[in-house]
Amino acid sequence: MKAAPAMRDAFFGLIAGLAFAIATSAHAFEVKRVVSPGGIEAWLIEDHANPIVAMKILFRGGASLEPNDKVGLARMTSALLDEGAGDMDSQAFQGALTDNSIRLSFEAGQDSFTGQLKTAVATQDLAFRLLRMALTQPRFDEEPVRRVRSQIMAGLRRDTENPGTLGQVAMVKALFPGHPYGRRTRGTLETVPNIAVADMKRFVAERLAKDNLIVGVSGDIAPDRLAKELDAVFGGLPAKATPWKIPEATPTLTGGVTVIEKAVPQSSIAFAGPGVKRDDPDFYPAYVMNHILGGGGFTSRLYQEVREKRGLAYSTGSGLYALRSAGFLTGSAGTANARVAETIAVVREEWARMGKNGIAEAELRDAKTYLTGSFPLKFSSTDRLAEILTGMQFDRLGIDYLQKRNGYVEAVTKEAVDRVAAKLLNPAKLTFFVVGDPKDVKSTN
Amino acid sequence: MKRASTSMLAGIVLAILATETADAGVFNPETFMLPNGMQVVVVPNHRAPVATQMVWYKVGSADEAPGESGIAHFLEHLMFKGTKTRAPGEFSKIVARNGGRENAFTSFDYTAYHQTFAVDRLETMMEMEADRMTNLTITEKEVEPERQVVLEERRMRTDNNPASILREQVAAVQFYNYPYRRPIIGWEHEIRALDLDRIRAFYKRWYAPNNAILVVAGDVTAAKLKPLAEKYFGVIPAQPPTVRTRPEEPPQSTARVVTLKDPRVRQPSWSRSFMAPSYRYGDTGHAYALEVLAEILGGGATSRLYGALVVGQGVADSAGGYYDPSNRGPSRFGFYATPRRGSTIEQVEAAVAAEIGHLLKDGVTENEVARAKKRLMAEALFARDSLTTGARALGASLAIGRTVEDVESWPERIGAVTAVQVIAAAKAVLTQRGHVTAHLLPADQP
Repeated sequence: MKAAPAMRDAFFGLIAGLAFAIATSAHAFEVKRVVSPGGIEAWLIEDHANPIVAMKILFRGGASLEPNDKVGLARMTSALLDEGAGDMDSQAFQGALTDNSIRLSFEAGQDSFTGQLKTAVATQDLAFRLLRMALTQPRFDEEPVRRVRSQIMAGLRRDTENPGTLGQVAMVKALFPGHPYGRRTRGTLETVPNIAVADMKRFVAERLAKDNLIVGVSGDIAPDRLAKELDAVFGGLPAKATPWKIPEATPTLTGGVTVIEKAVPQSSIAFAGPGVKRDDPDFYPAYVMNHILGGGGFTSRLYQEVREKRGLAYSTGSGLYALRSAGFLTGSAGTANARVAETIAVVREEWARMGKNGIAEAELRDAKTYLTGSFPLKFSSTDRLAEILTGMQFDRLGIDYLQKRNGYVEAVTKEAVDRVAAKLLNPAKLTFFVVGDPKDVKSTN
Repeated sequence: MKRASTSMLAGIVLAILATETADAGVFNPETFMLPNGMQVVVVPNHRAPVATQMVWYKVGSADEAPGESGIAHFLEHLMFKGTKTRAPGEFSKIVARNGGRENAFTSFDYTAYHQTFAVDRLETMMEMEADRMTNLTITEKEVEPERQVVLEERRMRTDNNPASILREQVAAVQFYNYPYRRPIIGWEHEIRALDLDRIRAFYKRWYAPNNAILVVAGDVTAAKLKPLAEKYFGVIPAQPPTVRTRPEEPPQSTARVVTLKDPRVRQPSWSRSFMAPSYRYGDTGHAYALEVLAEILGGGATSRLYGALVVGQGVADSAGGYYDPSNRGPSRFGFYATPRRGSTIEQVEAAVAAEIGHLLKDGVTENEVARAKKRLMAEALFARDSLTTGARALGASLAIGRTVEDVESWPERIGAVTAVQVIAAAKAVLTQRGHVTAHLLPADQP
């Protein structure tokens, strides 16, 4: 394959990904606001092309609210909601899903707890009933709890075999010392054994409520039908989630290099610098800047300098991580141990060059045509549409965002990008994390 | 929807093709042939004004000559360099400037290039794709940095990952003679030795309209597409036909065990794979029944293997089976399990063997077969919902020598499978002695 995506949001879970996903332009899908008799709101794109309904739900507040000794609680809870509910044990519940080809799963991010449902219209009654049961009557039986805990632990052990994952873990820990964003949503081998059924039940009772619920729906369903289902599915949730607050965090960026020794032929390099939050007035200039520096496709400066000209890496690039209470710019590259120093030097140089000299008008023009022109590509399936609608609400972008978004990108000026680049692309703050056996690089921290 | 990236690793290919095969339902494509022998397939999907263009070449790593492993994939990378009228990298710049996304992948049996874009950019994309089918110019200046990129790709995908190393070694042991024994990305020493002359010759031999398939999915019809396809691809002269000759696999009479002990491994795992027919190779009449069997044994949380090893006995954290018949050559029917902490590789191996023994002795129930078939056939509906799934399923099938009708009739043929056929297929495959067992283990304690 020609290229792999440069970034993986393994640690921040879904939300950072969503912020990326919807941050591209406008197409004329009509977004309807549906409010149920019981006051539950959902955003809907009706699409009758296929007899399919997809729903994405999101509860604000996620893994970052866990206590330090139970990190991984939200994640483990998410893995168990579809492992038995009401009068159905795990095999009965899973059997009902698989035998009817209903896709239901849950995930935990730092700032959110999400669920996704995809069903044929023919099985939607059952699908909505199973979703309601999972949210309001999860069983947490002994067998699935033991099994899922063991699976999570196995995954954590496997992660230690992966240099890329180790680098990301080390990076967020160093960026956010003492802050929940520095922890992994998956938890650790030390904390996952501490998570008790009572903790998960409390998590469900405190976190899954009506006042922090966001719903996005797409597919072959009419608004009045959806309104009825909203009350049926979510009506039994508590009115309010336990109040929460995530302290604001500024990433700690030493500008140094941390080496984590690992006997592998290729070093995995992660790097980070200052970024912006999603609600920052500079978000769009930063977004355009990142696209030119290391964004998707095969044309960014990092891709050109690191891969095309020098063959230093197969995969390289950068991305904005916009969390609720912090933002940073991060990227990665994988290179042979003997070429780590050169790769770091090239990244540093590109960082400094754009910070100092800004971008060219032609680059801005090309970035805009890409970012606006690729907008409709987001709408690739029914479930992607539902996900986009949920992301728009989570980021408070407005129901007309799909129409307005290209305008936000078009409005970005070269002056704005240059100003934001000068602010963010400070080489003294660009911090590297190397996992491998680099030949000519030592830790400076 | 979680969409895996395609190809390079055999395991990934298997997983994806399994999905695509299952997804292949009623895509209702339109198809026509250009006079130069290039097949064109149109998969309508009018949700948004977008389209995906894929050009599939009927050549993959299994068509490489001995000693030049990796050449199909290396050429795939070089296809993003220049042509007679375009500078290196210009292709990608134009795609991006038009708001398009692009990539490419190489498999054992085919190589494909694809772009997704607003449908009013179709002509630009088609002109460029046709251009590089015949006008590619590659120089040493581009080959050397790209060779480093490919080597980094190999390190990332394979050498940095013990499970990937083992997968590569298992394939080399599984196939005595069939070229699926070689990794798609190539052996490192052969990647290093590939030279410009051989790459050019490979391009010249295989990249031709009569060895390619154009698939366009999205907000388009055959009537609209045809004049464009004729204008850009239709004018490229056909080349002398190529013959894909591959050595056949001899009978296998020994069971083999491949063990990798690596200090990086913290989570042991076990797998076993049997040689099996595909849609195109061997006793092909078993293919659909084997798909149903794989669903019964290993399809998800209520499958026999997950139910027995993970839920019932609690000896494993994961367990399942896989089978993908979408190959030009032979397929494999495989099993895997990871022992739970406190259990051993030997225990999960015995537990899987017991499930296979139970299957061969007691067969499958009508109810199991009916449920598995229903699940598989339901995939067709979801497949239609995606912009690219149909394009991928159709392109891959045609590239291995199947027909549009084969893809379209997949739900019917799955629906026609009987319990008797499932048992017959299980006996044909799972009683063979020539299987390969793989152990991934931590290094011995000093």
